[in-house]
Amino acid sequence: MILARAIEASRRYGDTLALDHITLDVAAGELVGLLGPNGAGKSTLVNLLTGIRRPSSGRVELCGSDPRLPAARRQLGVTPQETGLPASLRVGEVVDFVRAHYPDPLSRGELLDRFGLSDLVRRQTGGLSGGQKRRVAVALAFVGRPRIVFLDEPTTGLDVEARRSLWDGIRSFHADGGTVVLTSHYLEEIEALAGRVVVIGGGRVLADDTVAAVRGLVAIRRVSLTSAVPLPALDGLAGVERDGDRLHLLTPDADGLVRELVRLDVPFTDLEVRPTSLEEAFLTLTQPVAA
Amino acid sequence: MNLALTHAKFQIIEVMRIPIAVVGSAFWPAASMLAFVVPFAGDDPAIATYATASMITFAVMSTNLFQYGVGVAEDRAQPWDPYVRTLPAGALPRFAGRILAGLSLMAVSLLPVVLIATFLTTATVTPAAFLTAVGVTVLIAVPFILMGLAIGYSLPQKAALVVAQVLFFPLAFAGGLMTPPGGAPGFIEDLAPYLPTGGAVRLMWAAVGEYPVNPGSVASLVAWTIALGGVAVWAYRRDEGRRFS
Repeated sequence: MILARAIEASRRYGDTLALDHITLDVAAGELVGLLGPNGAGKSTLVNLLTGIRRPSSGRVELCGSDPRLPAARRQLGVTPQETGLPASLRVGEVVDFVRAHYPDPLSRGELLDRFGLSDLVRRQTGGLSGGQKRRVAVALAFVGRPRIVFLDEPTTGLDVEARRSLWDGIRSFHADGGTVVLTSHYLEEIEALAGRVVVIGGGRVLADDTVAAVRGLVAIRRVSLTSAVPLPALDGLAGVERDGDRLHLLTPDADGLVRELVRLDVPFTDLEVRPTSLEEAFLTLTQPVAA
Repeated sequence: MNLALTHAKFQIIEVMRIPIAVVGSAFWPAASMLAFVVPFAGDDPAIATYATASMITFAVMSTNLFQYGVGVAEDRAQPWDPYVRTLPAGALPRFAGRILAGLSLMAVSLLPVVLIATFLTTATVTPAAFLTAVGVTVLIAVPFILMGLAIGYSLPQKAALVVAQVLFFPLAFAGGLMTPPGGAPGFIEDLAPYLPTGGAVRLMWAAVGEYPVNPGSVASLVAWTIALGGVAVWAYRRDEGRRFS
């Protein structure tokens, strides 16, 4: 059973193409991580699948129908942005407001207890710390006993202990058959939870695979050197950046690249090899090789 | 219906937690009463009564135009709004909830006008006429609420404020709210019954005094209500939160 689906879905904002013909299925019981840098199109994709926006072309489905229909969203749970909680309402009131929308919601006590928020029930959300707001926001996704939840950066800004306990909560929801779509720009969070990773960049799906496979894909190294002569054509380059007379070569195989430089007798100084950040790895996945 | 009440309840709670907002919306209608009606029309019972009805209509229009036009546009810019749109409810409960909350807050801001009219002017109404006027106030609020919603859902925050400000004075003047019944310049007397403000104030005058009900004016008020409702629903459906370009 497919719970969320995009078929050739595109979305434009004016002249900007935020999503470019994306096709994606999320089956019941999956825990999928959506990974990508800011501005990659993750949020736009989630907005289409949760009925906030409509695609410019193509189609999206949630639980088998158009997510813009209220009935399609009865089994959906979404985290609001924690900065958006209505500041003057108390935590208990926000929960009650959300509960009123679902046919068979969790009781207020049960929900707050499950997320360790019982102490905060009388507090106005405007007075909570960032981490507390985050936990309230994540809890709201589970109010309506959803079959599928979309969690947006669920543990950003949480301390280690709170993060672990939230991860446990997400895992137990998944273990009971729940479907989770998790967006993050932290590989660590996706690695801890998801079985499948979809990497989004430039509005397209760049990779859709297991965590291990994607990890290999983004394991790009940066080889930096200074050379007085132009470099010959090299194999296995994922990208080249120039910074004055300093060259940064991005490659999945740093050892092979260095061996080749030596074999071709390229004069170089100040050789440096280091792992790239996830952000840089994304960039190499997003941009065509321009050596 | 329950969901509409829920939306109304939480909106009222939110407003009440910031009492200055309530005081602010009650201030202008009361101040206008004190500045214009009490000194200039307070001594003649019929004129004072009509002037109070006009002032109530004026307050109904301005509070709703600003409360919804600007309030909704502001809400749409908050990140909470897209979240609420993911909850399994359509446009109707939110609309109805906003309208219920708006009516309650409007009642709070009209109360001082009624008190001032009672104690500081010679305006009088029979109990039956008073109850009729309360009912009419609720009815005439509807087109202005819908006008506000149409503005709030179709325009960004700053534009909504400007449009509300630009609309509200000409509507008040051309509708005959600034002049006693029959006392406006000729072209306004001809036009006014068919404007939402003019139609609304004529119903109010008929409720509190001897003013005859004009069927054409009532029909046009109903037509305005339906048309503005259509625009408001259309704007809500087409709205996707903040505009990006």
